[in-house]
Amino acid sequence: MSEKLLNWDEILIGGAIKDPGNSKSYETGSWRVERPVWNPESCIQCMFCWVYCPDSSILVDENGKMAGIDYDHCKGCGICVEQCPTKPKSLAMLLEAEAKGKSEEEIRKEAFSK
Amino acid sequence: MALLNELAKKKEGLVEGHRLCPGCTHSVIMRQVLAAADTDKYDIVVAAATGCFEVSSGLYPYTSWNIPWIHNAFENAASTISGIEAMYRLWKKKGRTDKDIRFIAIASDGGTYDIGLQALSGAIERGHQFLYICNDNNAYQNTGNQRSSATPFGASTTTSPNGTVLQGKSQPKKDIMSVLEGHHMQYLAQASPSNWRDLMDKAKTALDVNGPTYMNVIEPCTTGWGFPSNKSIEIAQLAVDTCIWPLYEIIEGKVKINYKPKNKLPVEEFLKPQKRFAHLFKKGNEHLIKEYQGQVDKHWEWLLAREASGIGY
Ligand SMILES: Cc1ncc(C[n+]2csc(CCOP(=O)(O)OP(=O)(O)O)c2C)c(N)n1
Ligand code: SF4
Ligand code: SF4
Ligand code: SF4
Ligand SMILES: [Mg+2]
Repeated sequence: MSEKLLNWDEILIGGAIKDPGNSKSYETGSWRVERPVWNPESCIQCMFCWVYCPDSSILVDENGKMAGIDYDHCKGCGICVEQCPTKPKSLAMLLEAEAKGKSEEEIRKEAFSK
Repeated sequence: MALLNELAKKKEGLVEGHRLCPGCTHSVIMRQVLAAADTDKYDIVVAAATGCFEVSSGLYPYTSWNIPWIHNAFENAASTISGIEAMYRLWKKKGRTDKDIRFIAIASDGGTYDIGLQALSGAIERGHQFLYICNDNNAYQNTGNQRSSATPFGASTTTSPNGTVLQGKSQPKKDIMSVLEGHHMQYLAQASPSNWRDLMDKAKTALDVNGPTYMNVIEPCTTGWGFPSNKSIEIAQLAVDTCIWPLYEIIEGKVKINYKPKNKLPVEEFLKPQKRFAHLFKKGNEHLIKEYQGQVDKHWEWLLAREASGIGY
């Protein structure tokens, strides 16, 4: 990510940052080796994945329901998969290399066929 | 506590894009605290001590905080929040603000049990209204896992290594809850991100106390403790189920245990999945595990006895 560095006289006193939450524009998704894949069919909307995600990467709709994964920021830690209580799980990990170039449907099939 | 679906609708106080390791629980804890806080009723200001969480969430020119946040130095999160809280009270008195603001100081074990202890003690004694949260990951993790007084017995760190002379840390962990309890504050609690409902209840309670409060929260560190990133919550749960990390409150000096495992697991269950304890499972080191189990049992039984006594101040 390229960004313009500030001159010393442009920096606010105390090193203050004016834009709350501006780290959203920093994409940590590129760190990922594996990705969690979601299966909405078996999901019971318990939101455990949301409450345990270290990277606020469980997408939430206006009703407070699980709506997918934010792949721009998800670091692929796998906590959501471990904590998903359904049997079989409604989240599964898939290597990024295996997801590359595939459609969402193909990726889901691949992740849950294992 | 509201349903998770309700909480998930709230605007998050801590957002994505921070540089904590994958699977780090520093952010999990803070997300739970901020989800629990009654932010319709009050605003929150956070002061952070130096450490992994601070450097990762405030890496200039970025911030992952959607709420006012300040970092000063390693040893003085409690002093920093004291100053802000004192100014707020003055402003309120002078009519410069009518906002309801609650204050949180956040640090890890290095910044709490060790270098920040003096500032914390002073701030509590002066009676500022703030919640101090220690995310205890058992060592100085940001500088690469050096032992602290919160490092448990037997754990290998770069400054309490295992080798031919030492077998990891030879001293037991400091009981910080007892140290701070001596300030006779109204509310202290120990919590774990694995038990999110309990943690949220405690944060909400603490934020409503008109005075200093303290929360000691276990913060599993995948990098320093040596376990896979997807196991962070399980490790926290194992600490709770072995009674290595009991969930309890001290309310006006009275101990209340919030969770008594039906099946108290042996400490091995917590130790085994972590590299920092691997040497304890070598032949000839059985006595070290036994000693650790003894420390854990003794503390647990003491807590049970204190609860049963019902004595407060
Ligand atoms: C006065 C001072 N001494 C040393 C340091 C270097 N330092 C930065 S972070 C850190 C360790 C922090 O440990 P802890 O408080 O446990 O937080 P963690 O990184 O484990 O979350 C140290 C020693 C510093 N910033 N300031
Ligand atoms: S893999 Fe980790 S970072 Fe990604 S969504 Fe799951 S819990 Fe969040
Ligand atoms: S943890 Fe599993 S079941 Fe629960 S909301 Fe997430 S995906 Fe759905
Ligand atoms: S070293 Fe540990 S505490 Fe620090 S960011 Fe990584 S996992 Fe978190
Ligand atoms: Mg630490």
